[in-house]
Amino acid sequence: MAKKTIMLGNEAIARGAFEAGVKLSSAYPGTPSTEISEYLAKYDEVYTEWAPNEKVATEVAIGASISGVRSLACMKHVGLNVASDPLYTFAYTGVNGGSVIVVADDPGLASSQNEQDTRMIARSAHVPVLEPADSQEAKDFVKYGYQLSEEYDTPVILRTTTKLAHSQSTVELCDRIEVEDKEYARDLTKYVMMPASAIGRHLVVEAREKRLADDAADLPVNKMEINDTKIGFITCGIAYQYVKEVCPEASVLKFGLVNPISKKLVEEFVSKVETVYVFEELEPVIEEQIRAWGFDVRGKELFTKQGEYSANLLRRVLFGADEAVFDKQEAPNRPPILCPGCPHRSVFSVLNKLKIHASGDIGCYTLGAVAPLSVIDTTICMGASISALHGMEKARGKEFIKNWVAVIGDSTFLHTGVNSLINMVYNKSTGTVMILDNRTTGMTGHQEHAATGKTLKGEETYAIDLAELCRAIGVKRVIEISSFDVKGLEEVIRESVNGDELTVIIAKAPCVLLKGQKFPNKCVVDPDKCRKCGACMKIGCPAMTRGEDGKVKIDATMCNGCGLCKNYCKFNAIETVER
Amino acid sequence: MTKNIMIVGVGGQGTLLTSRIIGKAALAEGCDVKISEVHGMAQRGGSVVTFVRFGDKVNEPVVEEGQADVIIAFERLEALRYSHFLKKDGVLVINDCRIDPMTVVIGAKKYPENIIEELKKDHAVYTIDAQSVALELGNSKVLNSVVLGFAAKFIGFDKNVWLGTVETTVPPKTIEINKEAFERGYNAIN
Repeated sequence: MAKKTIMLGNEAIARGAFEAGVKLSSAYPGTPSTEISEYLAKYDEVYTEWAPNEKVATEVAIGASISGVRSLACMKHVGLNVASDPLYTFAYTGVNGGSVIVVADDPGLASSQNEQDTRMIARSAHVPVLEPADSQEAKDFVKYGYQLSEEYDTPVILRTTTKLAHSQSTVELCDRIEVEDKEYARDLTKYVMMPASAIGRHLVVEAREKRLADDAADLPVNKMEINDTKIGFITCGIAYQYVKEVCPEASVLKFGLVNPISKKLVEEFVSKVETVYVFEELEPVIEEQIRAWGFDVRGKELFTKQGEYSANLLRRVLFGADEAVFDKQEAPNRPPILCPGCPHRSVFSVLNKLKIHASGDIGCYTLGAVAPLSVIDTTICMGASISALHGMEKARGKEFIKNWVAVIGDSTFLHTGVNSLINMVYNKSTGTVMILDNRTTGMTGHQEHAATGKTLKGEETYAIDLAELCRAIGVKRVIEISSFDVKGLEEVIRESVNGDELTVIIAKAPCVLLKGQKFPNKCVVDPDKCRKCGACMKIGCPAMTRGEDGKVKIDATMCNGCGLCKNYCKFNAIETVER
Repeated sequence: MTKNIMIVGVGGQGTLLTSRIIGKAALAEGCDVKISEVHGMAQRGGSVVTFVRFGDKVNEPVVEEGQADVIIAFERLEALRYSHFLKKDGVLVINDCRIDPMTVVIGAKKYPENIIEELKKDHAVYTIDAQSVALELGNSKVLNSVVLGFAAKFIGFDKNVWLGTVETTVPPKTIEINKEAFERGYNAIN
């Protein structure tokens, strides 16, 4: 009997790729997709890497596919926006070795800036999409994806959602299939997408999609369960689990291939079942297709486009009540915050003191938007901090950005920030860019990147020097400083925003959660010296609270000993002592 | 019958590891298991909740309002926040500690008084000061094993199943101290 174990959806995807004989994987970290690469890196048989961004990762996978091996690229939903340029044309070239792109959507925004639905992009790019409903399917569908990819000569997207990616369920393991490399043959009409070739390939794409739609009724990933014919659900992915939870007796048409969907199956299902609900998270992708065919179904007029679905949501819509017994209690919110000892807090405390606005970016430092630090004014997408600041200056003039900086992390800077900085140099900006260099990709759980000196597999490699990189593209004023040098930061920021020269300030200190980065000391308050002024509380450190007497207390187990609070006590009431 | 366990706390308290140990123990007992976790931004000191469901056949991976057999709360305010997830006869196991959320630290909100007394009016509540036990053992990081040991009696399974699972889940160097921490929690209740 096959070995049964319990796996995170993302681990099962990695296992599926391993079992399918994948030889190359490239990805950029992004919640909820990150762990796929981390698990896959454990298999020696698979070359696995972090790319600087999702566009690069997808192109790496395309190259591997053209050369004849099975390849994988992984990203979160917004990563697909970055990668959509190669994606749209990959649909035209098709594959040589099979290729699967895993894209993780985040309904409910557990860790994202929007709630977009990957199936919409896939439809417009004419790329087939598989969507699993548990870890076992995640593994099986990845493997099936390679079969589809090679049979229909197309890249295949495996779409997951946060609940699928970050839930564990049982999985049966199989052995790896060793797939022979395909022969590579030069083929201008297939791999050189100049107009004359692309015109022909567009027709191929149309024909392929039609063939797949026609074949879809017989694919093993689609499942029709005819039970009670009074009520039925057309559903996919994790939403299927909620249907089974609430209406185990109902009939269900579960699409594993969610683009294109099988008209034949819909026709059959609708003819057998009286009332049909389409139950799909986010956009009405399946529903609109079914309605366009003229079938009468119920969907988004009942079920929201926003957030994660649940069994209770379905209960409320169907029966007007859920299973709750007790009332929800009033409790103060507990939003995520920067960790005690986080170097970003130190930089933000200075920006806050100087009343400077920050054009923000994607990373832990987005948390600097909320009180009490309140310095981040904008967050759009990876890399936008720098370009948006440039836009402000060009639109409103130098004076407008005299109290502005752009802040961006080291990993994000290498992702898409560097091209925005090139634009600033080229178009003569005078703004101040702060790279918050904490030597890791922090928010997603500490992944290596091109400036850390380590690969995903843990091998030593060249570490890009961020200061040299900035100088090389033409930034004359590049200042490197410790993130915890509060006085120095204050001086250099003030000088830079008031100056007339484009400046990059690289504030350096490793993420406090990185191994071996804990400070040797901890901070304590001398209650005799504390005057209850609250100046130290303005840095928003979670280790600091006020006692009943109004004096500040520092929780010894939470304090990481960075000492930032000391800088803000006028009465020398805070000391660092040995841990 | 599916058993529904919720683990709630503050990002960084080790709730994820606790849910994984419970899931593995259920798997060892031959159950179908689903665990739902929280990763990414929400982990950074925010309110976190993970779910473990086990039984003959489990569909959805999350526990919803009105369904929890046991809620294991690593912090008082989080116990209050999720108490409405309990079933009518559900059990609330609370690590008796207070961590102020930033909304309280900056004075925008007040930390509710007498949380445990209030919760006891409607629910079966059991509390432990796991932090003190962990510090007695010399390692504050084994706090979650103390809490797990304390909650284990309400979840079921033989003690040896639990200890075996702890052994195969925690870092090798910390096996002994985690097992001891589990025992201390387990024995704190009759």
